[in-house]
Amino acid sequence: MNKHITLNRRAFVIGTAAVAGAGLSVGMDIPFGGPTVVRAADGSPEVNVWVVIRPDDTVVIRIARSEMGQGTLTGLAQLVAEELECDWSKVTTEYPTPGQSVARKRAWGDFSTGGSRGIRTSQDYVRKGGATARMMLVQAAANEWKVPASECTAANSTITHTPSSKKTTYGKVVEAAAKLTPPADAEIKLKDPKDWKIIGKSVLRLDTVEKTNGQMIYGADIKLPGMLNAAIKDCPVFGGKLKSYDEAKITGMKGVKKVVKVGETAVAVVADTWWHAKTALDALPIVWDEGPNAKVSSESIAKWLAEGLDNSQPALIGNQNGDAKAVLASATKKVEAVYSYPYQNHACMEPLNATALYTADKCEVWCGTQNGEAAFAAVLEVSGLPADKCEVHKQMLGGGFGRRGMTDYVRQAVTIAKQMPGTPVKLLWSREEDMAHGAYHPITQCKLTGAFDADNNLTALHVRLSGQSILFSLRPAALENGKDPAAFQGLSPTGDWAIGYSVPNLLVEHSMRNPHVPPGFWRGVNVNQNAIYLECFMDELALSVGQDPVAFRRKLMSKHPKHLAVLNAVAEKIGWDKPAPQGVFRGIAQHMGYGSYVAAAAEISVTDGNKIKVHRIVASTDPGYAVNPAQIERQIAGSFVYGLSGLFYGGCTVKDGAIEQTNFDTYNSMRIAEMPKVESIVMPSGGFWGGVGEPTICVAGPAVLNAYFAATGKRIRSVPLKDQNISFA
Amino acid sequence: MANLTINGKSINVDVEDDTPLLWAIRENVGLTGTKYGCGIAQCGACTVHIDGAAMRSCGISVSEAVGKQITTIEGLAAANGALHKVQQAWVAKDVPQCGYCQSGMIMAVVALLKEKPKPTDQDINEAITNICRCGTFQQVREAIHAAANA
Repeated sequence: MNKHITLNRRAFVIGTAAVAGAGLSVGMDIPFGGPTVVRAADGSPEVNVWVVIRPDDTVVIRIARSEMGQGTLTGLAQLVAEELECDWSKVTTEYPTPGQSVARKRAWGDFSTGGSRGIRTSQDYVRKGGATARMMLVQAAANEWKVPASECTAANSTITHTPSSKKTTYGKVVEAAAKLTPPADAEIKLKDPKDWKIIGKSVLRLDTVEKTNGQMIYGADIKLPGMLNAAIKDCPVFGGKLKSYDEAKITGMKGVKKVVKVGETAVAVVADTWWHAKTALDALPIVWDEGPNAKVSSESIAKWLAEGLDNSQPALIGNQNGDAKAVLASATKKVEAVYSYPYQNHACMEPLNATALYTADKCEVWCGTQNGEAAFAAVLEVSGLPADKCEVHKQMLGGGFGRRGMTDYVRQAVTIAKQMPGTPVKLLWSREEDMAHGAYHPITQCKLTGAFDADNNLTALHVRLSGQSILFSLRPAALENGKDPAAFQGLSPTGDWAIGYSVPNLLVEHSMRNPHVPPGFWRGVNVNQNAIYLECFMDELALSVGQDPVAFRRKLMSKHPKHLAVLNAVAEKIGWDKPAPQGVFRGIAQHMGYGSYVAAAAEISVTDGNKIKVHRIVASTDPGYAVNPAQIERQIAGSFVYGLSGLFYGGCTVKDGAIEQTNFDTYNSMRIAEMPKVESIVMPSGGFWGGVGEPTICVAGPAVLNAYFAATGKRIRSVPLKDQNISFA
Repeated sequence: MANLTINGKSINVDVEDDTPLLWAIRENVGLTGTKYGCGIAQCGACTVHIDGAAMRSCGISVSEAVGKQITTIEGLAAANGALHKVQQAWVAKDVPQCGYCQSGMIMAVVALLKEKPKPTDQDINEAITNICRCGTFQQVREAIHAAANA
């Protein structure tokens, strides 16, 4: 299952090079076959919206979701190719544009790439797309041979008429296939997973070569004729405004073309090069109206959140059974602890950027985005032009992690371009701007209280969250009677974010408090802190009654077999029941998110009480189906780097209403020397489709923190560790 | 105006002397494989070779680079397009995720292997200090050893 297979990469390289400049035909509103054949820019016919086949048998698979490193481009192509029965070595991919999708009645469905949804929420219709195309290609061959389609089979891009052994290839019949009426939905039968040949294989990614030779084009690399470059500063205090700036002070600086106001809050300098724009912007005297939040600090936020931990404050319930409060009130043996998790910046390696060209009758944007349709809607709104006059050209993302699902940078770029009609302008944020204007991982605190009976059985657990809601800020329509269901990720009674423990009396509630700092979806979102809160506290509970942390958990997990299975897998592989090597200490954690079950066990050593060497993390995940196990392993190890960077080095603090961290010198990120060996156990149990990019991130932190307690007897309950003088060894 | 030698070619660039080499390479020369990540020599995305040594081009001015051999990621492959053995190892081990940091990572690794053809894990830890937010380090380490043994 985990073996790499070697592939011919040449077809891919040629294919993607063609895609960059090509684009698809636009404006056809017949999504499937029929008498009118829809053609790609090079004239090759679409079999349907997902599949174009060129006369040379090259298979072009359309991908609506965005590739940002997570491998969805390759995984989605595998899903289509599996049902298409095509030759994988001839597969290449291309992005349809949001404008084309709108013109074709959203033929490609959802473009949004977040919440680890890329594969799990489109697997059904993209596989059907592949199956439909295969059936049409087979029918076309059967028609040509004047035989029943039922006598024909397809494999490896070749169609065979079994009785006569006649053969043809997809490229030869595609013209005829594209003219056929697609089969009815009821006739489309997807393959049994046991028959999968490409799904489940660790095929190499389709986008690697250009990422090693400098040829991959990211948004920041866009070049257009006559293009100018813009650098921007937005009011550093969220909620403040731009009051004034002294343009005369930078008049005549080299390359400067224009200084423009961007909305009510920001100013940008437009110049021939970005370096000139940034240099002039740094020299521009700017006066801000800092507004009502200029006195807010991390201390004032923490105080406000701490008040929300008090049971007298209003809170909304996310999970409840029994009567935890009553049991706790009368319990003789109780354990209580308060945890906290800070703001975090996404800090994508590629700072945010977008290039816009606005004219009176057209507005086009080139950018990396996790949500092509949201970016497209932003272009429509800001340009004031109708959908058929707007377009978004998606570029490779230099990291996303949730940040590029936002459209603030797209709006800014169009706002600037509108003030310079006819001139393409590339807006690039400096790293400092990126740090100052994140969509920050929300800040929360959590008080956990547990009660035991006389036999040391856990009888009640109260998890009281206090802090920020992302949905309140970004998707208020998704609140449920004021409650943010996402706040309970990993703590919910059932579903994609189900808690893995049965406690006779359980109460999980959230006192929502929304500081002025804008929150966003940061890889893993609320499982990051919820897993630390719950899984470190489970250790506290276990150890308070002298029980082994794994044995203690197992007693509560009998009704949660999939949670238990991933926990057992890491316990077994790390050798939990055997002593750790001399000087090495272990910690363990399990959680659920995005429909997948995850667990981790860490081995660490600690020197001088505060220098942690993470030697090894064993990590398991059950995502239901594993489309590409090697890529899942990379997501596990990569998510640990992101999560542990946040744990050790992260944390964005607020002073005078603004974020204090300015760059990687004050918001550090793990390096290779700090990377533990990650041993992944990909254990798909089948029957459901869970996410991959995010769920695993949350278990590394609590596993390491629990190991730190085992090593030192010190319980760490707040993040980042740097604030407690704890570092990597 | 400064005369730079980039990937073996002599190129005149019309920039101020104190312009960071990174921006001259990206904006004036037009080679965009070298990336901007931080501008303060922390992340390594802009790593190029100056006379064979890995340097962070955001922290070097154009005037400091005059008269030196500058190599960017675009200059690593052979003239016939054959990838450098480090690039080949990157492809074989499927290292990149988003890929944005990988130009700088690869340039740093090529310089390391020139100095230490068979680096130990400790050598790698000391020499490779580039940031990768996707977290490709496990594959980076594997690929370095694979390239060293190629």
